[in-house]
Amino acid sequence: MTVPVSWYLLLAAALFAIGVFGALTRRSGIAIFLSIELMLNAANLVLAAYARLLGERSGQMVVFFALAVAAAEAAVGLALFIAVFRLRKTIDIDRINLMRW
Amino acid sequence: MSALDLFWLVPALPLAGAAINGLLLRNSQKPLVTAVGVGLPGLSLLVALAALVEWSASVRPAAYEQVLWAWTAGPAAFDVGFRLDALSAVMLFVVTFVGFWIHVYSVGYMGHDAGYRRYFAYLNLFMGAMLLLILGNNYLVLFVGWEGVGLCSYLLIGYYFEEAFPPYAGKKAFIVNRIGDFGFLLGLFAIWSTWGTLHFGQLGEKILADPAVAHRPFALGLSTAAFIALFLFVGATGKSAQIPLFVWLPDAMAGPTPVSALIHAATMVTAGVYMVVRTNVIYQLAPEISTVVAVVGAATAIFAATIGIAQNDIKKVLAYSTVSQLGYMFLAAGVGAYKAAIFHLGTHAFFKACLFLGSGSVIHAMGGEQDIRKMGGLRKHLPATYATFAISTLAIAGIPGLAGFFSKDEILGATFLAHVPAARLLWGVGLLTAALTACYMSRLVFLTFFGDFRGSHEQEHHLHESPRVMTLPLWVLAVGAIVSGWIGIPSGMWEAFGAHDRDWLGHFLAPVVAVIPGHEAGEHHASQALELALIGASIAAAVVGIYLAARLWLRRGLEADASFAARAPRLQKLLEEKYRVDELYDRIVVRPIAKLARICWKVIDELVIDGGLNVAAFLTEITGDLGRFTTTGNVRNYALYFFAGVMLLLWWMVL
Repeated sequence: MTVPVSWYLLLAAALFAIGVFGALTRRSGIAIFLSIELMLNAANLVLAAYARLLGERSGQMVVFFALAVAAAEAAVGLALFIAVFRLRKTIDIDRINLMRW
Repeated sequence: MSALDLFWLVPALPLAGAAINGLLLRNSQKPLVTAVGVGLPGLSLLVALAALVEWSASVRPAAYEQVLWAWTAGPAAFDVGFRLDALSAVMLFVVTFVGFWIHVYSVGYMGHDAGYRRYFAYLNLFMGAMLLLILGNNYLVLFVGWEGVGLCSYLLIGYYFEEAFPPYAGKKAFIVNRIGDFGFLLGLFAIWSTWGTLHFGQLGEKILADPAVAHRPFALGLSTAAFIALFLFVGATGKSAQIPLFVWLPDAMAGPTPVSALIHAATMVTAGVYMVVRTNVIYQLAPEISTVVAVVGAATAIFAATIGIAQNDIKKVLAYSTVSQLGYMFLAAGVGAYKAAIFHLGTHAFFKACLFLGSGSVIHAMGGEQDIRKMGGLRKHLPATYATFAISTLAIAGIPGLAGFFSKDEILGATFLAHVPAARLLWGVGLLTAALTACYMSRLVFLTFFGDFRGSHEQEHHLHESPRVMTLPLWVLAVGAIVSGWIGIPSGMWEAFGAHDRDWLGHFLAPVVAVIPGHEAGEHHASQALELALIGASIAAAVVGIYLAARLWLRRGLEADASFAARAPRLQKLLEEKYRVDELYDRIVVRPIAKLARICWKVIDELVIDGGLNVAAFLTEITGDLGRFTTTGNVRNYALYFFAGVMLLLWWMVL
């Protein structure tokens, strides 16, 4: 029995929605970061699902690229958070409001 | 290398002097300033004399042209070039000779002035510009000189810039001249658009080749020639202080006295006369405008002469006298007596420069006092000044044998015989002016040099004759005021005495002021008796004028003025206040323009332009003020905007 593609899509949509909710509501920088990863992986899932459905490998290739970029982005992002933490002793983004008018 | 090859040095030397004195030297290097400021115009005079000798020996009567370089390229090419012909030769001699001696005089007169170097820089610049004006071989070079002398006039009138009045007078001169220049430029544009050249020689040839072009209707209901002649004359009225633009010249006396002598009597103000004579071909083709020129000239002559009789400032009297004599020159040019105009220009340059320098010597001795009511009896203290001043006064009054007599008599004779409407009336006005001239000039001499001293005791103690460096130029110019008339003793005078015509200047100038074939005015030929009568009339006018002045001011001194004021108080006041022309112009021109400028400032600039800008700035500010509430600095807000944006985009793209 094959899993219909719609299930993948529904799962991806659910993951994405959870990611959006998390990114908009959490106060911890790390948690927001994780939520963003969740949205990214939802997109990856869609790509992989369609690649399988269409018997195409290019989708999977894109997923690999996306994972690689996400890894790099995570490294930079975490480094930024460490830097901010050293400076402000917090990564609560409600208290990091340097750009306020 | 011949002198003519070096001709370009004539204007270049004074210009170099201006640059050296103005930019390189310092105030402390006074001997060097003198050497440059007087030496280079002197060298220029020598080069000019050498060039004149060589030109008259080998080139005359043809014109010598020296083109230095092409100013512009292409079909509308203008050259920077010089022209030496009979007309510019006369001007060249007058300007360099009189100019040089006034430079010499300035060494004494300005010797103690702190701005000595600045003064000589300006004066040299003036000489250079004036020489460009008279030597240029086309109207464009002439115009450069024309504007250059205007600039120098402005700078030198406002020379004493620490005081309030001189800068005002300088501005007035400059602005009034600009009005004239506007007309002058229109005239040049018309010449260019009609004949496609501004070169004197080529223009003359083109006009004579087909005079019909000049008679075509052009604009304002005038023929081409009339339009050009009229607008060039507008320029001349500005530069040469004729009605209605004469108002700047009396105020120009705020400058140092040698400047008044050089610029505002002998040379610059005659530029308009030179220009009209230079353009005589066009004026001959526009007889109606020539009549206008003659009428304006005659009107200016008598108008200024009547003012001159009621002035008490020694320089003001001479200033109005200058305006009046310039009127004579235009009267001559207007009736077609171009030689007489240039002749009077030359003789006037000598005696008027001498008079002004003499007045400078008087002012010098009086410690700056210019009011003739506080002078008197200076004859004993200033013998050289008195002698030269008296000679020049007799010359301007028209006493036979002296320069002014010959030139003025020629103008009056030519006017009487001219083929213009109301020639007799113009002659009558001219004759009356001659009598008035003799009268007010004699009044000036009697009040200044005769009678008892009326100044303060301190001034009397201070009285002294000027140093030799000032009296020498006075004598040179006084000799000029005697002999300069002899070179152009008019044909009519030779005829009157049944002698062979020896009008040297007339023959000399003949090639440049030739009558256009077919446009002979058909001059009345005067009988010997008529010529004699005309001469007698002008002598009588001079004698009557001097006699009247002697009866009034020599016998009664200032009391004569007082009794005139008592008998005709309103007339006297009107004359003393110069017919209130300045007030009239203030009312009808200056104030409306000031009002208009105020409207432009307050309404157009401040309300419309500034207001519009302020509204735009206010809108931007409001938008920014409202917009900045979105930048909370809260990252989750930004994330929400971002998400909302993505949603909107999706909604727009998918649906």
